[in-house]
Amino acid sequence: MNEFLTHYAFLIIPIVKIAILVFIVLTVDAYLTWIERKVIAHIQARWGPHRVGPHGLLQPLADGVKFIFKEDPLPASVDKVAYFLAPFITLMLALTSLAVIPFGPQHFTVFGYETGISIAEVNISLLVLFAITALSVYGVALAGWASNSKYSLLGGLRSSAQMVSYELALTLSVVGVLLIAGDFSLRTIVVQQGVKGNGLLSWNIFPQIIGFICFFIAAIAETNRVPFDLPEAESELVAGFHTEYASMKFAMFFIAEYTSMITVSCLATILFFGGWLSPFPASWAFTQYLPSVLLIPFGLWVIFDGIRYENLFGRMVLPVVGAVMAAIGFGLIVFPVVNDAIQGIFWFLAKVFTFLFVYIWMRGTLPRFRYDQLMSFGWKFLLPVSIANVVLTSVVILWRMH
Amino acid sequence: MTAPLVIFFVLAAVAVFGAISLIVQKHPIHSALSLILVMVALAGLYLLMGAEFVAAVQIIVYGGAIMVLFIFVIMLLNAGEEERTNFSKLAMYAGVPLAVAMTGLIAAAIVGSNAAMPARAPETLTSTRQLSTLLFQEFVYPFELTSFLILVAILGAIVLAQREN
Amino acid sequence: MVPTSYYVLLSAILFGLGIVTFVFKRNIITIFMGIELMLNAVNLAFVAFSQSFGKPDGEVFVLFVIIVAAAEAAVGLGIIILTARNRKSLNVERVDLLKL
Repeated sequence: MNEFLTHYAFLIIPIVKIAILVFIVLTVDAYLTWIERKVIAHIQARWGPHRVGPHGLLQPLADGVKFIFKEDPLPASVDKVAYFLAPFITLMLALTSLAVIPFGPQHFTVFGYETGISIAEVNISLLVLFAITALSVYGVALAGWASNSKYSLLGGLRSSAQMVSYELALTLSVVGVLLIAGDFSLRTIVVQQGVKGNGLLSWNIFPQIIGFICFFIAAIAETNRVPFDLPEAESELVAGFHTEYASMKFAMFFIAEYTSMITVSCLATILFFGGWLSPFPASWAFTQYLPSVLLIPFGLWVIFDGIRYENLFGRMVLPVVGAVMAAIGFGLIVFPVVNDAIQGIFWFLAKVFTFLFVYIWMRGTLPRFRYDQLMSFGWKFLLPVSIANVVLTSVVILWRMH
Repeated sequence: MTAPLVIFFVLAAVAVFGAISLIVQKHPIHSALSLILVMVALAGLYLLMGAEFVAAVQIIVYGGAIMVLFIFVIMLLNAGEEERTNFSKLAMYAGVPLAVAMTGLIAAAIVGSNAAMPARAPETLTSTRQLSTLLFQEFVYPFELTSFLILVAILGAIVLAQREN
Repeated sequence: MVPTSYYVLLSAILFGLGIVTFVFKRNIITIFMGIELMLNAVNLAFVAFSQSFGKPDGEVFVLFVIIVAAAEAAVGLGIIILTARNRKSLNVERVDLLKL
């Protein structure tokens, strides 16, 4: 048994990691919809979902059950191959892009197989992400065309033209970071930002602020989110390219959109915000207790809130959840080995969730671009600014070399 | 049967399947999708050979830009399925075996010259640094020429796509 | 370890299939796709030989082939759009006279 595992470890270990990652990402996707609905609701001065489970926490579960049991119609005059292929391509590409993102600094050896906290350790992980972004245009274009309907075709063509235009700006805005880091590997980019050990000040956001702004705007356009979501705007085009898709296939597009939001947030933290590095300098050792300092009061607050909750189910579940959180917080203080191990992942997740919150915040506040404004902004402003950023960065690097 | 050999056969089978599907399909969109499959399989083969930058460029440029252009044009022109032809069937019944024979001739020449081929280099990864050093030092003149070529192509495409006023 | 001749054999097969597409299909866009298939087959041969000799020169040439193919696709598809508009058909058998 040991022999077999060691011989085939290169196959089994990635499969186990893939299973864990897909499970975690799909759960985060589901609860991201809950967070989105709650945050947008509170921005608009109303409650979000609050009936299904305590604080509406079981709403994603109810949505999932609805998607499974709803009828999945097949319109008569669609092109069957492209109609079935489009949501699969979109979902597959969105999930594949998570394979090359490094989540933490550790390297460990299992059954003689050396690996880090990412599914694949590739030298060109940034290029792989760009390749997947380039291919994801197909899902949208095919969905729009295959549905054989005016709204879908228009939405699909607009969306794919938008994605192709902003893809260039996305790729070029990252070149400044590549020039500073000198390598395509995302792990090297993060490690290079932490070399000096003075925390926040050596992150790439400060030399590359223009690059970050261009990257973030282009990334929002790539993922078709507000303010760039004209192709799927509800009041303009029915539902754009996924009008003719129902239940399970629509759920695939939906999950793919949230997953690509998560990927882009991960990319933004890795490239510009130091990935898994703590914002505090390495010499401030007391900051490693920050996870516990955050978890314990939050857990206690959830317990107190749960005890006074309005219905019985909440009064039973919430205190348990709160107690678990507080127990984890205490456990981290008592077992410093575990605390060291989760530092990187904690900071990574904190930054990713900050970006996701900014995404949702923008959806709640900003109006959307008109299509011609969107295209002229992408080609006439964002692309020249990205190119200017590349030129400026290379001039500064050459100047400092002499 | 080592792992690289198995991966090679799988990717080669996918590439040949995609190419045959390109010929057999009636609707141009399905042919375009088959060609994209061939390109992704070829990118996998480049990765197997250690040419990682070329694999990424193949997917980004060929699969993500050129084929998107093809698909947009097919959608724009509303290309339908192929029509029946009036020509004789002789062309198809004599032509396909001749094409296979020609491919077989090339293949026999390749396999026959196996002894004259250089020995396999050890498994090396071509780093992007090596490629870029070569591109900007030895091949800088063709590189600048290709940028000029792309500019000419852009101008040509814009002129061709203008509406008659 | 995959011998170089396997890659070049695959390249020859793909090239042959590209020629079959080029000769036997009637839709002009599909013919153009046959050309792209032939270019890809040649790229595969280039990278295989580059790996076999151990020098990255072949891969630089592959980059140039990809760039030229992109430029050619842009202009070629522009010409195809104009031809299709004038002749109202994408069938090459209709484009066999200089007269419209």
